[in-house]
Amino acid sequence: MLRFLLKRIFLGIFVIIGISMLIFILSRIVPGDPARMALGPRAPEFAVEELRKEMYLDKPLHEQYLFWVRDVLKGDFGKSINSKRPVIEDVKQFLPATLELALFSGFIMVIASLLLGIIAASFRDSWVDSAIRIFSYTGIAIPAFVVAVLLLLVFGYLWPVLPVLDRLSSGVIPPSRITGMYIIDSILTGNFKTALDAAYHLLLPALALAIGPLFQEARILRSSLTDNMGKEYISVATGYGLPKRALMGKYLLKPSAIPVITVMGLDFASLMGNAFLVEKVFNWPGLSRYGINAMLNKDLNSISAVIIIIGVIFLVANILVDIIMAYLDPRIRLGGKE
Amino acid sequence: MMIKTNDIEPKAKHGFLKESTKNNLRIYKYNFSKNKLSILGLIIVLICIGFALFAPYITPYPQHAKEFVDFNNASQAPSLKHLFGTDVFGRDIFTRVIYSFQGALIMAIIVLGISVPFGVFLGLLAGYYNGSWIEVLIMRLTDVFLALPPLILALSIASVLKPNLTSSMIAVTLMWWPWYTRLVFGMANTIRKEYFVKIAELIGASRLHILFREILPSCLSPILTKMALDVGWVILIGASLSFVGLGEQPPNPAFGQMVADGSKYMPDLWWMTIFPALGIAFIILGFNFLGDGIRDMFDRGRQ
Repeated sequence: MLRFLLKRIFLGIFVIIGISMLIFILSRIVPGDPARMALGPRAPEFAVEELRKEMYLDKPLHEQYLFWVRDVLKGDFGKSINSKRPVIEDVKQFLPATLELALFSGFIMVIASLLLGIIAASFRDSWVDSAIRIFSYTGIAIPAFVVAVLLLLVFGYLWPVLPVLDRLSSGVIPPSRITGMYIIDSILTGNFKTALDAAYHLLLPALALAIGPLFQEARILRSSLTDNMGKEYISVATGYGLPKRALMGKYLLKPSAIPVITVMGLDFASLMGNAFLVEKVFNWPGLSRYGINAMLNKDLNSISAVIIIIGVIFLVANILVDIIMAYLDPRIRLGGKE
Repeated sequence: MMIKTNDIEPKAKHGFLKESTKNNLRIYKYNFSKNKLSILGLIIVLICIGFALFAPYITPYPQHAKEFVDFNNASQAPSLKHLFGTDVFGRDIFTRVIYSFQGALIMAIIVLGISVPFGVFLGLLAGYYNGSWIEVLIMRLTDVFLALPPLILALSIASVLKPNLTSSMIAVTLMWWPWYTRLVFGMANTIRKEYFVKIAELIGASRLHILFREILPSCLSPILTKMALDVGWVILIGASLSFVGLGEQPPNPAFGQMVADGSKYMPDLWWMTIFPALGIAFIILGFNFLGDGIRDMFDRGRQ
């Protein structure tokens, strides 16, 4: 198990280096002069020249890359053209909001898909089952940003019961910063009212992200549950007179969850991507919105930093999925599969 | 009787297709039509293609798909004159939605038309030369591309280019090939150990012959299935890019851009957002149903 993990982490580091090169090459083949773009058309030539030197744009490409790697390893990712401060400061400011959103919506996704999958499998071919099937078809077809806009319309205006803007109600003081994630910070500082308010504000954006993948996962869980229900060990357990709940919780769910968890890992990744769009709709002050602005303004260091950070999060999520799978499936844990 | 059947046999071979192929097609058709949703998908897709091809003839105000301003008729709610209402410039939303099907379909065709052959070729190479530096180079590169969420990769590529439809197509094409490389790599790696490949090698067939005539045909049905399922995805990613402003630029209409534009006027001018949004859902749903049908067709066909 340990060897398996080390191998994954080693491969992950390799992939991150690859991504960094890819992003670097991409960001430096931009037509136009980044220094000129940063200062605007009216800046004097010598100022542009100076900035060019400061950004190492006068050096050959491989040297530029090494300088950039040095900045990354120093921990500041270089300087942002827009905010004129080290990119890491911006990231520190915006990442927690996105992470909170992604984790919260991942949480909704996991809980709801497990519940719905179990319900669909227990009441096969009932109306609940068909409803989940229909939602799973439409859920894949409707992009997250459309879901977000629809939710905004319904809950923001037609039936305004949920907040659609900002991370907290006006008048509520944000908790003192520990992780930057409002729910966790308020719980840590013992301010449960603020935590509830933050969760309340998270609900709509998180739902917009979770709804699409959620029903699809429920479908996958449903079909793997029904597959396993037909297996002999379940017939034996039923024959022994085990209650249905114990059967489901103890013997069915664990093996059936394996295919769903693989999909969940992938979905969590696309969730990080879709956050880019949903944050725009809900005006969520997160890393993705920051990233989009950086992209539209061609703020190269910021773009690279955002992408590398998301790559790392994606990778960590995948390794976590592997660990959970190994826990659920002894064949993987004991190395039988290799 | 015996002689008669023998007489018929050679005649059948004169047809355009071989008898076995005809039989296969019949099975495919049967499998496909067994699932009602795939028929629905086919119908939706045909409608979308019809919209795209005949947009100038179907739409009541074709000139509204370009630069056009008519403030007298701006921000009107849906009516018989303007089925989906008009936007803040007075342009007919129905016309613009119908025209958006063009961009979406062109995107899917070009992206898959370029990325699939490229990805498949690299996959064949990597699978056939498994263990050599060719495989290491191709597959590690694939790993890097697949290590980022698809949308983010597309966004970052599109962001360094000029924002327009061509750039978004380049971005999506650049991120799409690795999926096919990985798919074909696995299959080619297994197939190259089969006897028919070994025999072709012994006879002295050229590398290209082995790759394209021996290995590729066995990989074809998974590739086609994935392509059918991918069309919806490509359109979705394209709409997402245009939603953040990295796709087709106004005044040309595109689904994502229209949704983004409309959401600024959200509660009051709801039709500006809802109808383009439904347009996206319609076309993606159609291709997904069709893709599922094609998958079933090949899956059951093999059984």
